[in-house]
Amino acid sequence: MIVVEAKSFAQVAAMTSDCRRLLVAACAGCTAVCGVGGERQAEELADALRLHARLRGKVLETEVRGVTRQCEPEFVAEFAPAMGRAEAVLTLGCGVGAQFLAERYPNVPVLPGVNTRFAGGLTAPGVWEERCRLCGDCVLHLTGGICPRTRCAKGIMNGPCGGAAGGFCEVGGGSPCAWLLIWERLERLGRAGVLDEIGPPPDWSDAQAGPRRSGKGGGAE
Amino acid sequence: MNTDPRIISFCCYNCAYAAADLAGAMRVSYDPRVTIVGVPCTGAMEAVVVLGAFEEGADGVFVAGCLDGECHYKEGNLRARERVARLRERLSEVGLEPERLEMYQVSAAMGARFGEIAAEFVDRIKALPPSPLRRGAAVKGGMSR
Repeated sequence: MIVVEAKSFAQVAAMTSDCRRLLVAACAGCTAVCGVGGERQAEELADALRLHARLRGKVLETEVRGVTRQCEPEFVAEFAPAMGRAEAVLTLGCGVGAQFLAERYPNVPVLPGVNTRFAGGLTAPGVWEERCRLCGDCVLHLTGGICPRTRCAKGIMNGPCGGAAGGFCEVGGGSPCAWLLIWERLERLGRAGVLDEIGPPPDWSDAQAGPRRSGKGGGAE
Repeated sequence: MNTDPRIISFCCYNCAYAAADLAGAMRVSYDPRVTIVGVPCTGAMEAVVVLGAFEEGADGVFVAGCLDGECHYKEGNLRARERVARLRERLSEVGLEPERLEMYQVSAAMGARFGEIAAEFVDRIKALPPSPLRRGAAVKGGMSR
């Protein structure tokens, strides 16, 4: 899923300081799961923004609306009535949702209430870890289901680099060496021989060639 | 200095609300400006309820839940404690003194303690200026929350 983090309240308050009628747009998708973008969080943030404004002698009216997913046009369309009443929209959807809002409602300023971080999964309650760099050229069949492009700090394709200590990467952060994990996994599977073959360097061209598209079948173009 | 504080107390029905009741039976007096609102469990009390109390002009809010390990819903009181801690930070960000919000834990048998808590919190709020949100009209009109 897409992992997001809430922007600081100070940032959000500054962003919305000129607004008198604000729509706070929640998303029941990934950002709600992250605990920052659901309707409950949107209600709380709207309350706090109103209090903040009132304490500074300003009047802020807020409206909270949520949709199933902000990254799909049919759901984004549900915001139409509320958009008509708002001076600006503070979205708690991810960067995709924010852009879909901006595209559909070109006359309403779209303000991001969250920072969109990465594609990850839950590793502990309330803790997400990046597991996919969305490079568009999956090599998991060669690496025991562990992505070196994402989980190796150096993103190398023919590891290990020799810089790990005690099973952890020499680059800070306390991450296990991805290539050690790959080796252990392949060995357990009896497939360590796969590593004898030196593969080509990562092809990042598809990840950096502008917005990508994917067909209905899910296959890459 | 606030001589006429308005204080809202959200009390768990299973402990603090009963403690407040017991305080009454024990003839323990506490400031009548503490308005008690019973809740099924402090853990189920939404943050917007607390913020809403401040928005409506409360000078102080205290949440009172069960003792550690005694929540009828296992850990509702612990969740409430975390929520209150987070909301205190939010109050600070918004521009209100975080001391205006507090979490207490009592059992149904602690009537006298409830009286102490109420008195202690009232004294704390009295030492602060009145909430700036008490003056002026509500500003919700026009759009829904």
